Amino acid sequence: MEATELNNEYESRPNMSKSKWTEIWEKIVEIIFFLSACMAIVSIAIITFFIFIKGVPAIAEIGLFDFIFKTDWYPEAEILGIGAMIVASIYATLGSIIIGVPIGLLTAVFIAELAPDWMIKIIKPAVELLAGIPSVVYGFFGLVIIVPIIDRTFGGGGNGLLAAIIILSFMILPTIINISVTALKAVPREYKEGSLAMGASHIQTIFKVMIPAAKSGIFAAIILGIGRAIGETMAVILVAGNSIQIPFSILDRVRPMTAHIALEMSYAAPGLHENSLFATGVILFIFIMILNIVLNFITSKVGE
Amino acid sequence: MNNFKISVKDLDLFYGDFQALKGINLDIEERKITALIGPSGCGKSTFLKTLNRMNDLIEGVKINGNVKLDGLDIYKNIDVIKLRKRVGMVFQKPNPFPMSIYDNVAYGPRAHGVKQKSVLDEIVEKSLRSAAIWDEVKDRLKKNALGLSGGQQQRLCIARALAVEPEVLLMDEPTSALDPIATGKIEELTEELKRDYTIVIVTHSMQQAGRISDNTAFFLLGEMIEFGETKTIFSTPEDKRTEDYITGRFG
Amino acid sequence: MKKRHSMDNLVKGIIYLSSIVTVGVLLWILIYVVSNGIGEISWDFISQTQMGEGEEGILPYIVSTLYVILITIIIATPIGIFSAIYLVEYAKPGKVVRVIRFATESLAGIPSIVFGLYGLIFFVTFLNFGWSILSGSLTLSMMVLPTIVRTTEESLKAVPNTFREGSLGLGASKLRTIRKVILPSAIPGILTGVILSIGRIVGETAAIYLTLGTVKWMPKGLMDGGRTLAVHLYYLAKEGISFEKAYATATILILIVLVINFIANKLASRLNKAKQ
Repeated sequence: MEATELNNEYESRPNMSKSKWTEIWEKIVEIIFFLSACMAIVSIAIITFFIFIKGVPAIAEIGLFDFIFKTDWYPEAEILGIGAMIVASIYATLGSIIIGVPIGLLTAVFIAELAPDWMIKIIKPAVELLAGIPSVVYGFFGLVIIVPIIDRTFGGGGNGLLAAIIILSFMILPTIINISVTALKAVPREYKEGSLAMGASHIQTIFKVMIPAAKSGIFAAIILGIGRAIGETMAVILVAGNSIQIPFSILDRVRPMTAHIALEMSYAAPGLHENSLFATGVILFIFIMILNIVLNFITSKVGE
Repeated sequence: MNNFKISVKDLDLFYGDFQALKGINLDIEERKITALIGPSGCGKSTFLKTLNRMNDLIEGVKINGNVKLDGLDIYKNIDVIKLRKRVGMVFQKPNPFPMSIYDNVAYGPRAHGVKQKSVLDEIVEKSLRSAAIWDEVKDRLKKNALGLSGGQQQRLCIARALAVEPEVLLMDEPTSALDPIATGKIEELTEELKRDYTIVIVTHSMQQAGRISDNTAFFLLGEMIEFGETKTIFSTPEDKRTEDYITGRFG
Repeated sequence: MKKRHSMDNLVKGIIYLSSIVTVGVLLWILIYVVSNGIGEISWDFISQTQMGEGEEGILPYIVSTLYVILITIIIATPIGIFSAIYLVEYAKPGKVVRVIRFATESLAGIPSIVFGLYGLIFFVTFLNFGWSILSGSLTLSMMVLPTIVRTTEESLKAVPNTFREGSLGLGASKLRTIRKVILPSAIPGILTGVILSIGRIVGETAAIYLTLGTVKWMPKGLMDGGRTLAVHLYYLAKEGISFEKAYATATILILIVLVINFIANKLASRLNKAKQ
């Protein structure tokens, strides 16, 4: 009883209702925030849904095995195998990783460990710019510079797997560098000091202690690099030659999955041909999701 | 009995599985300064924060027992925003917002619905005067508060707390980040403020507790060991552990 | 001992070489494209729709690009900021947050051609928006969402907790604390996210080409199709229409990217200063 009386004294009624409204309003806004946060989930869900709903029936019609292992592509006859495109995507990505990862990782070592401040001031913005240059500009550059150089050196026109690999390795550099720098910088000082104190040289310390300690971060960098390379479209179209064939030489013309989708989409007739492009999207999507899951696994391990 | 502003009964506080406060019973007298002392990690700051429910912000905190403000249970009968209006807080490190001096002080009143410029002007001046900083800042009210010295910032934070016209002022080691001169000013200020406000202050410095407080509570390992008039606690403590602490044997 | 020394020097040499390659690639692209393109850029080239003799100005493509940037940012920014606020200020760690984070990461990893396919069936066909500014912007909003969420999250996390305590301690509500104290401190970081997103929109080709279309005329409304600068460059290069114009367009894209990076860097350094 006493408490109620005091309550009335301090909490006059109009105030009470005002604070109730505030509370409701706060709750509504919190829900809006929450729904916004769910947009990422919703987006992923509907993207997956729509790509699959168009693509999966096509795969079923063509047959999964025929679709991903056959290398014949005659849309008029509804013979639709994307084996060559899958192989092209894998080769181009692997190639760009083989070139891009060492250069990127060593540049990251330079930034994180060796470079004096004034050089960092030059090289960091340079890496940011590399990341910012539109992919179509890379493709155009490849077309007017890299392709002619390859043609002059090896002959054969120049556009093909090698040109795609070179352009893609340029494009994944910023991803590899930025994430590796972060990983190297996160290595505890004590590791480095401990190694130096034992008489190891700076270079030995970097390769024997710091890079192993940063390996999950570097691995994440490579995964993201793979993601960028396998997903790149426009730059690849401009330099890869786009022939549907399994390459036997690094100079052969190839058509990775992304290029295939973009090229055929502009004239594909509605029906199985068009749907097969969505099916190619499904395969690409599955590749990327596997990469994401691997990445999520690595980063959550680092978190522990 | 009636001049107890806050009564705490059988208060337990858990962070997950860890019990940070164990069965605290404490009555805080109105318009007096109550000092909370004890070694680091003894729970005195945690206890202070239960008085305006700042612990609500921490994940996994569980509280048993009750805290009454003027007879009302602050965990049941009072809404937290009203509670914090009535029980203000000054933090260990001065934490002015990155806005003008004026806007810092007017922040609280605005949050509680005061809009009229003339009223705000009045509140700002009155609060800055009460916090003994008006003369130093009256010509630069529109300047960013982060340009003030540490001691000035802390008095600004006191002014900011006073601007919502609280009844109780909680101070969590308000001088630990300040130099001796600034500390002296804050201590003088608390003497002034006690005429209108009930003050609870956490301090590391026993000298400070001795100089400014009326009552002192000694905390150790989450328990309140002893509570009484400051004079008594510092001259003839009942508990051996209190004596050890006061004579410096705990470090 | 001597052997170790020379080995170290060799490795160092390789490291320097790699860094030189990285910077060299950039300079090569910039210098080659800009030196070939800058002479082709004239006021007429930028400001005209038609220049006679079959030559054309790029004004419609500039307008399309700006239009898409504007609409995309209007859609994605509030959602991104709200989402980050939820993750930093409200969410309790647990399953929901993990799923949201995983979704955000995955969204960032989806190739733009897949976004394009999705935009094509969902916005263009299913919702019947056609090849339009609206379809393009909606698709791109989903693409840039992760960038805005991440940068906003980081800048919210950088706001000292003492600000939150100070405001809540005065009895201000949580929402007021966010609006008046936390968000203003986080603005430079949020702007960085928006700027980076604009960079991504300007450079995007695959997704926008399937959803905005490639028509050459000036878009008049949300439901009109268009062609952004990047798509235009793709066309010029792919069809071998005019390499001179392609150099000029590529130069303009590079200049835009330079400006965007410059602004983003300025903002970031201001943010770092504020932190200290």
